[in-house]
Amino acid sequence: MTLSFSKKNTFKHGIHPPESKDETNKLPIRRFPFAPVMIIPLAQNIGAPSEPIVREGQEVVRGQVIAKASGFVSVPTHAPASGTIRKIGNVPTISGKMAQGIYLDPFPSDTQEVDEGDPINADSASIDEIIAAIQNAGIVGLGGAAFPTHVKLKVPEGKKCDTLLINGVECEPYLTTDHRVMLEQADDIFTGIKYLLKVTGAEKAIIGIEANKLDAAEHLQKHIPAESPNISVAVIPVKYPQGAEKMLITAVLGREVPSGGLPIDVGVVAVNVATTAEIGRLLPHGRGIMERVITITGPGVKKKGNYLIPIGTPLRYVLEQVGVEDNISEVYLGGPMMGVAVSNLDIPIVKGTSGVVVFTENEVKAHKEKIFPCIKCGACVEACPIFLNPSKLGILAKKEGYDQMAGEYNLMDCFECGSCTYVCPSNIPLVQYFRLSKSILRKRA
Amino acid sequence: MSLNKTLNINTSPHIVKGIRTDEIMRNVVWALIPVAAFSVYAFGISALFVIITAVVSSVLTEHLLCRFADKESTISDWSATITGLLFGLTLPPNFPLWMVFSGGVIAIALGKYIFGGLGYNVFNPALVGRAVLQAAFPVAITTWYPAFSADRFTTISSSTFTFPFAQPVYDIVSGATPLSAFKFERISASTMDLAMGLTNGSSGETSAFLILLGGLYLIYRKMMDWHIPVAMLGSVFLLSGLLHLIDAEHYASPLFMLFSGGLMLGAIFMATDMVASPITPLGASVYGAVIGILVVVIRTWGGLPEGVMYAILLGNALSPHIDSLIRPRVYGTARKGGQA
Repeated sequence: MTLSFSKKNTFKHGIHPPESKDETNKLPIRRFPFAPVMIIPLAQNIGAPSEPIVREGQEVVRGQVIAKASGFVSVPTHAPASGTIRKIGNVPTISGKMAQGIYLDPFPSDTQEVDEGDPINADSASIDEIIAAIQNAGIVGLGGAAFPTHVKLKVPEGKKCDTLLINGVECEPYLTTDHRVMLEQADDIFTGIKYLLKVTGAEKAIIGIEANKLDAAEHLQKHIPAESPNISVAVIPVKYPQGAEKMLITAVLGREVPSGGLPIDVGVVAVNVATTAEIGRLLPHGRGIMERVITITGPGVKKKGNYLIPIGTPLRYVLEQVGVEDNISEVYLGGPMMGVAVSNLDIPIVKGTSGVVVFTENEVKAHKEKIFPCIKCGACVEACPIFLNPSKLGILAKKEGYDQMAGEYNLMDCFECGSCTYVCPSNIPLVQYFRLSKSILRKRA
Repeated sequence: MSLNKTLNINTSPHIVKGIRTDEIMRNVVWALIPVAAFSVYAFGISALFVIITAVVSSVLTEHLLCRFADKESTISDWSATITGLLFGLTLPPNFPLWMVFSGGVIAIALGKYIFGGLGYNVFNPALVGRAVLQAAFPVAITTWYPAFSADRFTTISSSTFTFPFAQPVYDIVSGATPLSAFKFERISASTMDLAMGLTNGSSGETSAFLILLGGLYLIYRKMMDWHIPVAMLGSVFLLSGLLHLIDAEHYASPLFMLFSGGLMLGAIFMATDMVASPITPLGASVYGAVIGILVVVIRTWGGLPEGVMYAILLGNALSPHIDSLIRPRVYGTARKGGQA
């Protein structure tokens, strides 16, 4: 079978930032050592934080549940290493605020046994059992959103899922984790798809991959299990932000998710490819998520690469291991388009961390440039993947016209991809205006 | 180790495309240089004086206004230079310099600064300056200096250094421009002469070829919305072509319409003022087409031989309304009368 590729299979608008993936996309995933201390926040996902079920001083085994889910939109937290619970209290987070978390001192040993639970068989288990197993495995969207995966797998009454879309787009520049996962973990991905097809009841699964990862697309295509003819690979043109769920659905299926709606409203459930691999790897052993693949890259990093890093590893330890240049200036988690800058290196790697990018003073200069007035050049209008008018929204934001922004100019549909800000010749921080405006409106409501 | 230094905190995105507003403006200036150079070649030092005076008065006005307002001077964004250049290029080459200077002050002060400066002007500032001059000095602005006169590089037109508020004295005055020749005498100039800039007219409007070249450069650099000139020139061509088909005696040929007067300069460099034109491609096309129709209407049935300036100013006034009427459908919202 040949790969399906059409230049037309994409969404309208969008941008083409430099991909900057060449330095890491050929490097195999390598395992990271355990840090001397693990910092494990209880809230690593959208929804409710987990509740600790261990006490200070207790010894835990790698993979053991140390905090349980506190509701349906919540997942448990597993010990990333065998060790001693040093403290339950406040841990630093990326937002700058402290939050509840657990400090764990791993035992000083290289190999560690993993605590296993009840294996779940994709063929014999019921839909609810699989959904519960995915929740119990602590799985959240690994693409960066960190939304509990089992929640979106539960197809609501009266809705039907016909297509399972596996998101292997990875449109953020610099990041190559999904790329490597597709090349190295094909079996896990197909096992994961098997669970997901069963849970969603979808007739078919499509793996969407951008054309800059043809090796991954061909590899997966070749390894589609013979008994699963309903799985296919769709190669789509490279464009940012195609990895956004809505854009991918439009690109691959030509469907448009209604404003304020969910993919299931157009019969789709979309799951990130690394998340899928995680499901395929963990469920057959009844394990929980303890580590994830992260791209550590950027001009400020000496040993760039794709690393399998235990969740809870402090960022400082990560950067010490890979080494950084003397003139580093900015560190952010995620890709350069949507990643969040960190002020404090003592925050940990969490489930939603897809990349660590380090910039030096040379790259950061671009941000220090002068802000000009909006000249209404329309570059943002041509970039916005959902057809907003960022120029007008930016002018309204300055005038504090938040209600008009939301009511007349669809502010709430903005998913903050940053394309408008990327193209703006006047360096206006448009997407930041929109984040602030949205949070002001949410607070008012 | 460098891990202990204070890190920068920037909001995402952490990368930018890197084409800056002042770079766009500077490129518009580059694109206008050949046009200005040809103007000096065709009309001599008088034209050079007009262009320099226009630029100096615009830039100086912007600089001083910023100073008076205790703000950082904005002349480094190059937009005042564009206004000055464009304004100078729309004037007759023998236009008295004190009038040029006043026009430059008006263009920046009334056309741009009182609205809030770059980004806030409702009208193209250069055309605001010219419109005021047209009203104030209707004779001077329609008295033309001949192109390619033999002594154009050695003598300055007698009107150039007219003392402020004195009556300009003209020693040599050319015949009519191609447009007025057609309007009042039904004499049509050759399209080739028009395209190459061999006719009389304002300093910078005569060489359609070089103006187009500048436009193509900016479109190639993605610094100009091509929809506007295409729609504007297209609608002029179609409407005047239709009229010419009906009555070739009364209505000028479409090629004559396209290449005469200030249409090329207006379509490529004036109507495309980003601030004063619609932001969406469809809006820009509608705007361009409306201006084109107005040009033909004014030239054909109006009292003046030329109508590009007023047509563009009217288009500028319509632009915000076009933007609020023509909006792309937001992803995931209902199509008109249908589902999402």
